[in-house]
Amino acid sequence: MTFDARYFDIGRLDRLSYGGSFVHRLDPRAKVIATILFLFTVVSFPKYEVAALAPFFLFPALLLTVGAIPVRFLLRKILIVSPFAFFIGIFNPLLDTQTAVVLFGFAVSAGWLSFLAILLKFALTVSAALLLIATTSFPGICHALRRLGVPALFVSQLLFLYRYLFVLMEEAMRIIRAREMRSFGSHGAGMKMFVRLIGILFLRTVDRAERIYYAMLSRGFQGDIPTLKQSHIALSDLLFLSAMIASLGVFRFFPVAEKLGRVVQELF
Amino acid sequence: MHMADALLSPAVGTTLWATTAVAGGYAAKKLKVQLDDKMIPLMGVLGAFIFAAQMINFTIPGTGSSGHLAGGMILAIILGPYAAFLVMASVLTVQALFFADGGLLALGCNIWNLGFYACFLIYPFIYKPWVGNSNQRGRILAASMISVILALQLGAFSVVLETLLSGNSDLPFGAFTLLMQPIHLAIGLVEGIVTAGVISYVQNARPELLESMAPSRLPGATLSLRRVLITFAALAVFAGGVLSLLASTNPDGLEWSIAKVTGNGELRDTEKGIARALKTIQQKTAFLPDYGFKRGKNYQEKPEPPPSWPNVGTGTSVSGLVGAAAVLGIIVLIGVSIRSCRGKDAQP
Repeated sequence: MTFDARYFDIGRLDRLSYGGSFVHRLDPRAKVIATILFLFTVVSFPKYEVAALAPFFLFPALLLTVGAIPVRFLLRKILIVSPFAFFIGIFNPLLDTQTAVVLFGFAVSAGWLSFLAILLKFALTVSAALLLIATTSFPGICHALRRLGVPALFVSQLLFLYRYLFVLMEEAMRIIRAREMRSFGSHGAGMKMFVRLIGILFLRTVDRAERIYYAMLSRGFQGDIPTLKQSHIALSDLLFLSAMIASLGVFRFFPVAEKLGRVVQELF
Repeated sequence: MHMADALLSPAVGTTLWATTAVAGGYAAKKLKVQLDDKMIPLMGVLGAFIFAAQMINFTIPGTGSSGHLAGGMILAIILGPYAAFLVMASVLTVQALFFADGGLLALGCNIWNLGFYACFLIYPFIYKPWVGNSNQRGRILAASMISVILALQLGAFSVVLETLLSGNSDLPFGAFTLLMQPIHLAIGLVEGIVTAGVISYVQNARPELLESMAPSRLPGATLSLRRVLITFAALAVFAGGVLSLLASTNPDGLEWSIAKVTGNGELRDTEKGIARALKTIQQKTAFLPDYGFKRGKNYQEKPEPPPSWPNVGTGTSVSGLVGAAAVLGIIVLIGVSIRSCRGKDAQP
């Protein structure tokens, strides 16, 4: 991915997170906990389980539609990060050739089942993480983490990183543009120039950190970042969380897809 | 080498989360003692720096392909191991959230693989004793190369272990190792050159910025024998814990292992938290008669080979397939209807 595309992506996710839908208004803590439970449930399925994963797509679908998150944007992001899981999973059909099921005359090997399961789990877990950030502002997540017991030092790290990410990306973009304007074709894209660019970026970063620090001191910084925004767990948050837990439990321990399949088969 | 959630099992994910949390807590505790307030914004901004720097691609000589920086070693050399570990953790957290580079469950693994070895093993035991306060380019280059390569090799090897222990991949240990290690050797060479270059550059331009140079910061290299022993003890516990899980997640699937575990109860006692709770519930439900084999009437009677795994029966799988399609259809229907209820103005 090019620099511009990545910069655009992170900015877009950030903008999406300031929407005003029902999902956006939920308490960040409830969403963080629900996401973690969701991830655990999805990952806890055995290796060859495929059909039972289908009902879980309900959650991303609901968050997506209620939160008005563009589907294509999300799908593209899932696709971009898929290679690692794909290339490790693709060996399963080659290595595990034992026939697991005969479907309509075709012998399906166990490897294909486990590969499919990996891909489904991948799509579910990645979309859960992306949707969490697309429906919750990043500072919101940081405060949620703080109140869920993550050390203050780490949370202030996250907040600083996030705050200056955009600033430094713009700095980096200026440096890249300057290089591109002065070089033709791929000149100046080599290792030597890269090291210097990073070095320059580093020095500018440090200078900026110094200025930031003095500015913070003059505003009374004492080592912690206080928050003025109070979040309260409302009834809707509790309802959301309990509905989430209940449905996760049902989807995990009750073969929903299989039952429904039987019903459909009975019908025809 | 960002681990993905989909390749992990809950047991491995939780274990690595726990070990990473311990390492992070230790780093935070150490920093609390030696930190001046000035370090906090510096750390945060350097995290943003690594992030921005990762986006600048460079051409890898001779290949025409391009790569980018990972940055764990640079951070350790500049900030010292404890601060570097926390910065690396925050960088990976933001990456997991915004770019889905490695999932949230896998975050423990990723922080461990990319942060722990560089910050807590390679930097204090190899880089720092080797380079110290010297500013000879050759020495910095050699030390950075070796350090980055070692850290990446350890990290890549951990990815192999974590994947295999999770049992979702069928790759045999040997083949997987041969796949991962050489690739990361090449990446390590490039990153080593870049690290050395940046460190020399900083050394020349602003030497006081380096951790080893700043007298106000406590040195991380005055390692007592005790600390070395503790580190290796922790590693041994980690290895032991993980290897004991191997017995239970490999290779015959969860159900089988649970059946075995119910036979002799001690094996899983090391596991705690949600993973354990999930497993116990699963243990109760996995043998419900409903879950097992039931033939649809349209399908040929086929004798099931009982001892072999996977024993996914035809009846179950066809109804599963039909059901999955039906479920997905319903989900799409729900989505589309909500969307049409919201109207077009809701589209951003």
